[in-house]
Amino acid sequence: MSDETLRLIEQTADDLFAAESGAARAALAKGEWPEGAWQAFAATGLAQAALPEDAGGAGLAAGLAVLRAAGRHAAPLPVAETMMATLLCHAAGMEAPPGPLALSTTAAGEDGDGSTVRRVPWARFASAVAVVGPEGTLTLRTPADVVEGANLAGEPRDDMALSGPPAAAGTLPPDTDGTLLMALARAAQLRGAMEQALAMTVRYASEREQFGRPLARFQAIQHHLAEIAGEAAASGAAVDAAAEARTPFAFAAAKARASQAAGTIARLAHQVHGAIGYTAEHDLHHWTKRLWAWRDECGNEAHWWRVLGTDAGQGGGAALWPMLVAAGTAGTDAAAAAGEGARP
Amino acid sequence: MTGFDFPPPVMPPGVEALRAEVRAFLAQSQAEEGWRPDSDFGSDWSASFSRALGARGWIGMTWPAAYGGHERSALERYVVIEELLAAGAPVYAHWVADRQSGPLLLRFGSEAQRRAILPRIAAGGCYFAIGMSEPDSGSDLASVRTRAVRSGDGWRIDGTKVWTSNAHRSHYMIALCRTGPAGESRHEGLSQFLIDLEGDGVEVNPIVNLAGKHDFNECVFDGVTIPADRLIGREGDGWRQVTGELALERSGPERILSTFHLLAALVEAAGPAPEPRLAEAIGRLVAEFYALRAMSLAVAGRLEAGALPDVEAAIVKDMGTRFEAEVAETLRRAVPLEPVAGDRDGAGGNAPSLASALGASVLGLPSFTLRGGTNEILRSIIARGLGVR
Ligand SMILES: Cc1cc2nc3c(=O)[nH]c(=O)nc-3n(C[C@H](O)[C@H](O)[C@H](O)COP(=O)(O)OP(=O)(O)OC[C@H]3O[C@@H](n4cnc5c(N)ncnc54)[C@H](O)[C@@H]3O)c2cc1C
Repeated sequence: MSDETLRLIEQTADDLFAAESGAARAALAKGEWPEGAWQAFAATGLAQAALPEDAGGAGLAAGLAVLRAAGRHAAPLPVAETMMATLLCHAAGMEAPPGPLALSTTAAGEDGDGSTVRRVPWARFASAVAVVGPEGTLTLRTPADVVEGANLAGEPRDDMALSGPPAAAGTLPPDTDGTLLMALARAAQLRGAMEQALAMTVRYASEREQFGRPLARFQAIQHHLAEIAGEAAASGAAVDAAAEARTPFAFAAAKARASQAAGTIARLAHQVHGAIGYTAEHDLHHWTKRLWAWRDECGNEAHWWRVLGTDAGQGGGAALWPMLVAAGTAGTDAAAAAGEGARP
Repeated sequence: MTGFDFPPPVMPPGVEALRAEVRAFLAQSQAEEGWRPDSDFGSDWSASFSRALGARGWIGMTWPAAYGGHERSALERYVVIEELLAAGAPVYAHWVADRQSGPLLLRFGSEAQRRAILPRIAAGGCYFAIGMSEPDSGSDLASVRTRAVRSGDGWRIDGTKVWTSNAHRSHYMIALCRTGPAGESRHEGLSQFLIDLEGDGVEVNPIVNLAGKHDFNECVFDGVTIPADRLIGREGDGWRQVTGELALERSGPERILSTFHLLAALVEAAGPAPEPRLAEAIGRLVAEFYALRAMSLAVAGRLEAGALPDVEAAIVKDMGTRFEAEVAETLRRAVPLEPVAGDRDGAGGNAPSLASALGASVLGLPSFTLRGGTNEILRSIIARGLGVR
């Protein structure tokens, strides 16, 4: 896919989410499903963006670009879940149901005890819930017995019983890891939210004056801005590199890095905004709450650090460098584990 | 968009074969020469190693063949130098010449300067020192006072440069001097000169660093006269030239890899089944390194595309040097170990113990966030890149 197509997709997503997200957030805050925003999104076909080109999509990088835009505008829709559930269905050779989809994956603590799945994003509003189970099973279920919950940003995170037979069941190819895919998707959203937090903070620091000059003239503030920019850039670079390398290591590193950056960025963005940023009325919290929520979803940084730290030691110290280079390079053995095309 | 993207560059074909070639060379060189791996580019000086690299075509890689170069891409060069650093090879002798002095001469030097010097650098036999800092001019580089005035057919230089790494064992220095009024911007009236450290009569006085090593020097110019053809580029263009030089000085993988040998040692010490807290600490470093390497590669991609990614390079150097320190700190905490200076723990020779490797890094760390521009200055550059000043 050309850079031009990629830019076009990201622009389409950016325009859409910019137009729809504000009103949709207000609806969700009242407990309503933002149907209008969802319909507008569904009409673009962007939910299929992450599919391989021969399956009517534009590839993983395009999907991540859409998610970045969704994060940038704090779009209160199951964009990531629908997109990744669609991708997993394709990988398992199953038909993805129409409508908003929820997705339950198995990173630390989310898979419940086998009879329930916990904190499933958007389950109550979904037409179907895709459940990644042990040993690579993928089942589709109609949401039932939902116990409603929410993350810090007020996005639905529901518990659901796994009662009765699923509506459909399949098996994911061994090289397709739904948990890692969803972690990467969340990292892409985090990256978008970071971008917006940075932009808002730079703008505020340039407009707000104290001691007769804009805050941005104070070096302490400039260094906060530089730190936010650096953390956001590192998260973005890790996500971009993962889309390119497609190795399990790279997916895990992207979520670990973005989750780590999220807390630093939220803290500094609020510090620079002062009291006004601590109000419900100011918009900043829409992004910082997502940073705080998303960093812990799909495995937080400590979870993925443990995975990476254990992986890193498998070959001993001398093997570390070749392993890191291979994990960051497309077309290596490790890449097969994350697969090509349909296989994330 | 506010902020900075670091898109992965498209790597040139054949780059993995090149990487394999470098690895094979390094394994053999290490076995034969017995150098002790240290990923800090400034750790070990070996003219013979530099010559061997030159013979392989791995110095001046991107320069035109007419000047002894090899017309490879910046990304191929990146792969070679990251392999050298990761293996901890003794690259110091030719490092500055290959990284910044040669490219500066290629871009701004006269044809005669290029022909006389670039092939010698590429062969691994000609070394350079950086003549920027002075006793009263550190971060505020534009305030340099070393003055060059026209005298007869050439120039007469008076002043003092300081912290000049390797002046005592290099052939040339590129010195930034004041040649005219600073002007409103403070950036006018600066020029760069090629100084022959062996023949021009510069007084080079050693300064021993806190680790007991003699790397940097004080260089006194007391009426040093040089011919006119030693001016590099145009008179008065020194600021623009030195800014480009600094972008090269700051943008490479040596700003993220200085303690990589310690990270490998930490992984080795932890073994295949580290307890969760240790796995977490290692994973944190590894994830950070993964992101930094992606960023560093992206900077190389921008350089290859002809851009001057100075803000992006500042981000990588600021974060990279802090990461380098974090590696040593994590190792120290994870593997209870008292760092020692030099080889005094008795290991010596080709197999320094972890304690002496750690000791070298603990004593080296303060310099990582200073050399090539301090992290505070880098952060101000990043803020300017965000449109804030
Ligand atoms: C190992 C080593 C090798 C070196 N090799 C060379 C060499 O080969 N050639 C060469 O020319 N130079 C060399 N240097 C010098 C190096 O470039 C300077 O140390 C560096 O630019 C800082 O200058 P300074 O040491 O005078 O510190 P100063 O500029 O005096 O700074 C001291 C402290 O104040 C801070 N500071 C200064 N200005 C500001 C500001 N505007 N805002 C906020 N904080 C500020 C700095 O960040 C730093 O923390 C070397 C230094 C080291 C440590």
